[in-house]
Amino acid sequence: MSRAPQLKALVLIAPLLVFLGVFFVWPLVTVISQAISDPAISRVLPRTASAISGWNGQGLPGAEVQAALRADMAANTDEMAMGDVIRRLNASKSGFRSLMGKTVTALKESPDKPLAEIDKRWGDTAYWLAIRENASPYTDAYLLESVDLERGSDGSIQAKPAGSSANGAIILRTLWTGALVTLCCLLIGLPYAMVTASVTGWKRALLLGAVLLPLWTSLLVRTAAWMILLQENGLINQALMGLGLTNAPLALIYNRFGVVLAMTHVLLPFMVLPIYSVLLTVPGNLMGAAASLGAHPVRAFLRVLLPLSLRGVISGMLLVFMSAIGYYITPALIGGATDQMISSVIAFYATGSANWSMAAALGLILLVLTLVLYALYNRLSREPGQMG
Amino acid sequence: MTDSFMRFDKVTKDYGSVRVVEDLDLTIARGEFVSLLGPSGSGKTTLLMMLAGFESVTAGAITLDGQRLNDVPTYKRDMGVVFQNYALFPHMTIARNVAFPLEMRGTPKSEIATRVKRALDMVQLGHLSDRMPGQLSGGQQQRVALARSLVFEPRVVLMDEPLGALDKQLREQMQLDIRELHHRLGLTIIFVTHDQDEALTMSDRIAVFNKGQIQQCASPRQVYDHPANRFVAEFIGETNLLAGKVSGVDGGRVALTLPDGSVLQADGAPGFSVGDDALLSLRPERIDLHGPADALTGLNTLRGDVADTIYQGDHLRIVIVTAAGRIIARVPRKAAEWPNGSQVVLSFRPTDGWVIAP
Amino acid sequence: MIMTRLSKYRAALVAGAAVLALSGTAALARDLTVVSWGGTFQDAQRELFFKPFAEKTGKPVLDEAWEGGYGVLQSKVKAGSPNWDVVQVEAEELALGCADGIYEKLDWSKLGGKEAYIDAGTSDCGAGHIVWSVALTYDGNKLTGDTPKSWADFWDVKKFPGKRGLRKGAKYSLEIALMADGVPANEVYDVLATPEGVDRAFKKLDELRPNLVWWEAGAQPLSLLQTGDVVMSTAYNGRITGLNKTEGTNMKLVWNQSIYAVDSWVILKGAENKDAGMDFIAFANAPENLAKLPEHIAYGLPVKAAAEKVDPKLAPDLPTYADNLAVSIPLNVDFWVDNSEELTQRFNAWVAQ
Repeated sequence: MSRAPQLKALVLIAPLLVFLGVFFVWPLVTVISQAISDPAISRVLPRTASAISGWNGQGLPGAEVQAALRADMAANTDEMAMGDVIRRLNASKSGFRSLMGKTVTALKESPDKPLAEIDKRWGDTAYWLAIRENASPYTDAYLLESVDLERGSDGSIQAKPAGSSANGAIILRTLWTGALVTLCCLLIGLPYAMVTASVTGWKRALLLGAVLLPLWTSLLVRTAAWMILLQENGLINQALMGLGLTNAPLALIYNRFGVVLAMTHVLLPFMVLPIYSVLLTVPGNLMGAAASLGAHPVRAFLRVLLPLSLRGVISGMLLVFMSAIGYYITPALIGGATDQMISSVIAFYATGSANWSMAAALGLILLVLTLVLYALYNRLSREPGQMG
Repeated sequence: MTDSFMRFDKVTKDYGSVRVVEDLDLTIARGEFVSLLGPSGSGKTTLLMMLAGFESVTAGAITLDGQRLNDVPTYKRDMGVVFQNYALFPHMTIARNVAFPLEMRGTPKSEIATRVKRALDMVQLGHLSDRMPGQLSGGQQQRVALARSLVFEPRVVLMDEPLGALDKQLREQMQLDIRELHHRLGLTIIFVTHDQDEALTMSDRIAVFNKGQIQQCASPRQVYDHPANRFVAEFIGETNLLAGKVSGVDGGRVALTLPDGSVLQADGAPGFSVGDDALLSLRPERIDLHGPADALTGLNTLRGDVADTIYQGDHLRIVIVTAAGRIIARVPRKAAEWPNGSQVVLSFRPTDGWVIAP
Repeated sequence: MIMTRLSKYRAALVAGAAVLALSGTAALARDLTVVSWGGTFQDAQRELFFKPFAEKTGKPVLDEAWEGGYGVLQSKVKAGSPNWDVVQVEAEELALGCADGIYEKLDWSKLGGKEAYIDAGTSDCGAGHIVWSVALTYDGNKLTGDTPKSWADFWDVKKFPGKRGLRKGAKYSLEIALMADGVPANEVYDVLATPEGVDRAFKKLDELRPNLVWWEAGAQPLSLLQTGDVVMSTAYNGRITGLNKTEGTNMKLVWNQSIYAVDSWVILKGAENKDAGMDFIAFANAPENLAKLPEHIAYGLPVKAAAEKVDPKLAPDLPTYADNLAVSIPLNVDFWVDNSEELTQRFNAWVAQ
């Protein structure tokens, strides 16, 4: 190939590359760096950061550290940057927010007032430890915290006290819910795809339409529809009670059952379509061939059709699982408090408390999980290599 | 037929209101190679599908070795089927594909290995046993399919246009291979094809299908030389049909008077009587050409003018206009050539013509 | 195979989005954009403030709705030239943002001075707009006879069997739990400031755990009450009176031990229409305009002169009514600004148990 067409091709895909760079690579890099670095303190409080590194963490830091902090606060002119410092310190030690606010105001009026006189909390080692902990522009604290770990005062990694954080439990719950949804999608989606692939004409169009329809409807609308169906005096409970099948309404919503049901419905197309498209590539007479070779229909299914649809099954399971663990709206609306998934925690840190680093760290955990699964999928799907 | 290994008795198949096979009777002997030949939609594949158990029988009965097959599921019929698209299992190696029917029958493992090897060697593919089907050429795949359908020694082997997807040379090679296997193993083979050359090459008998019925079932020679009716005459090979009236019957010999008054003598099916309308089927290669002055005795003759000569490599096709219509003759290249417009005399022996009902 | 097909679609989508993004950057002068909390409340604001202000100035006013979240505002300001000008924020967002400097300082001389407002309604960066309460609510048609009167009753599942609705989150839940445990209303935050107090609140929540239903959006508790999913719930007071008026329900609200907070107008730092925004706040909070709000929705008014103008028939429904104020506590914004993250984490952990 000569150089000119190559250049032309490059120009043609340039918008795509630019788009990927701006909307995919750049945010990804930002998220990763947010999760492991927070230069706010080393930038806004440079003197303090260097002075406090000499402190051993025992008792209160010396006068030079306190003087450095005062100097840094007096020198700062960027309120927003100070806001970042405060947020970061407060995330390590609750109470820093009001302490810093008070100190900044007080130092403006009388720059020489000793810190301990401004607020007695400056006499508490814990606050100084928080500053020292965050002095470095790089930190693994957020990543550790997102899996319920922390560094002890001696720097070793240890579990956070029981009951103070539930990220690990919520991640496990997210994976478990994702697995349940994937299993339900598989149980419904596999036979559905097989039936769809085996019929023709209007029957196939109808079956495909039924599974595609949800994709054309807003997620919110679908979730709201499930709320109407599942609520205490909703259609399903009314029907069950009307038929005399139950006396009291069943608890269908605000629990795991409702979440799994609604998510299964929403994600079913992602299971059916890959299996269906793989099955379409399977010659129609393989089952007949197996039968003619003496295979009972059940054995023919197990030995021929099932292994052949496996690639689609694995694609489908991965698509469903990877989508499911990122779900936010459906668990929020249909689930109870114990059904919330990791996305809701991320949303809290991002929009609720503007702790972007924590949100980024949790997002990174989710991303890594997804990537691991994707790598697994690639391995699995390459093995039968020669087919398709 | 003395041996009625396989019988079709008044077999009928309807798809909704469409009747694709009608009141069909056919008997096949053990070890026989029977081709089902006919245009698409003639019912030949449907018959094979019913035999394999992929389609139900609407009416009538199919029996094999005294066993009524109608309600026996496919997997219990013990028939090997070879499909046009090979239908190999793409996720299994060649060896596993061939082992499949043995595994389904619970054959011991050690025996499976030797039988698979023997089957693959038989089709000269022993060295490819670890490949996946997708890595093989079409011809190789079809050999594997063949090995797979033979390895469990089925009672009957059904082949549904097995060579249809192969190119011409490969197809001819495979035809000979299959024929050879048939002879060597004494297989009973039902072979569906729409290719008459293939049917003529391979079969003990050919069943010619049209509109859901068998028009004729006989040896290739019989079907070609003595077609039962106009459809068979026209479908198998090329022929000239001359219409006339029967003017005399003498044993197997029929005298046919053409509209211009000339009389031709030819063999014919029994049952003609004087005055019947009839057709004379005359194969182009049975015609000899002569100059107008040549003396001819004991032969049928017709006069005509050469309208066109088509060069076809090993022979010439010559279009001649006669009083009885256009006639095509096929003559060897070394024969004399006739310029367009020259007068010629066509001749053929009475045993080379065949009189059929119109 | 499906993956390649998907990536093909993705490519198409990406290209399409790129075109949209490029065409969207053509910058035009943006009209004054006011952001509030949506729903019937914003409908009322549109009639009372947005439209008249647009008529008065002769320039259109865009209004948008948001659902809160400090991070939303922070990221807008940090990105530079925010696309919102005036935002109605909750007290916590006001305190956080004012400390972080993401809001413009207000010109109080245009607002009649800080003394024209109740204390909770004044800040350098924000001017109070409404006062709203979170209060115990029940359906007066379903609970007859003995009715709940305090958070202690809310916890009493023997006397009032059925589920309870609480707003999901540490805020409000912990205060309410302490009050239910007998902590006097004015000492709630002192107790909550100690680790023992937090433990005590979570322990009290443990008692009610099997009977709790959590809600998040403001409309949820009322529909939970209407459907009978819960027998009592916390709810926003404005929604309750609104629902009673529009749907003829008989939702009852217990002012005792309710918690009130102030929502304020702020102007985002670097907002394009900063001056128009300031004028808008002055217009919307002008006593003669603001006083009309309670006719539409039962929120209290932090502007003293406006509160005095409110129809006496409506006044008892407002959080700022003297009798109501006397039995409620203000939300301690400073406490939550300091402790929100830690207590939220702990709350999530508690919920997850």
